[in-house]
Amino acid sequence: MSFQEKKTLFYLLSTFLIFGSYCLYVFQNAPFGILDQEDPFRFWGLFVIVLIPVTIVAKIILHIIFSIINRMVTNEDEPSFADELDKLIDLKATRVTHYTFSMGTVLAMGTLALGMTPNTMFVTFVGFAFLSEVAGYIAQLYYYRRGV
Amino acid sequence: MSKSLIGNHVRKLRFNRNEMTQQQLADLVGVTRQTIVTIEKGNYSPSLELALRIARAFGVPLEEVFYFEEE
Repeated sequence: MSFQEKKTLFYLLSTFLIFGSYCLYVFQNAPFGILDQEDPFRFWGLFVIVLIPVTIVAKIILHIIFSIINRMVTNEDEPSFADELDKLIDLKATRVTHYTFSMGTVLAMGTLALGMTPNTMFVTFVGFAFLSEVAGYIAQLYYYRRGV
Repeated sequence: MSKSLIGNHVRKLRFNRNEMTQQQLADLVGVTRQTIVTIEKGNYSPSLELALRIARAFGVPLEEVFYFEEE
């Protein structure tokens, strides 16, 4: 397995870890449960606003840990640049991410159109944001394995 | 993902150049080793610029490195 594949797989697993841990922490401390918020707009606004810096910091830390472990185990240097194949795969994976996220946005609007609560809309929206990131990493792995 | 219609002799040419490693070729043409691996497997058709750089690294014309699979 190449460095790029290992890195993508690691990012995929860390996405599950970070998002899972964050959800677990927030929902356990949510005073009225996930779908029964008194002020869903404030709750979900805070959820997203806090999730972004938490994810960035956690990914930086996990990337450093990954680089150190990979260097110790394989004695292989991390490529210092992204070449044309990396950029092409990144673009294709980003397209998958955007398609998934767009689908989630439409579905989230659909829940409102069907008269469901704003909480349901936000759960759909955030759920698809997570799924779109996962889909992007899976697409990246697929393209590195099977070619473009 | 379907295989590329463009085949190549990169592996053979590396072997003929004192068994040049994939990393050495990658360093010569300015890409990562992963890209050389993917090209050799026929899973990626490089850009014209990279194809020309690979040919120049081996000191042969482009046609001696890459070819259409029908040939």
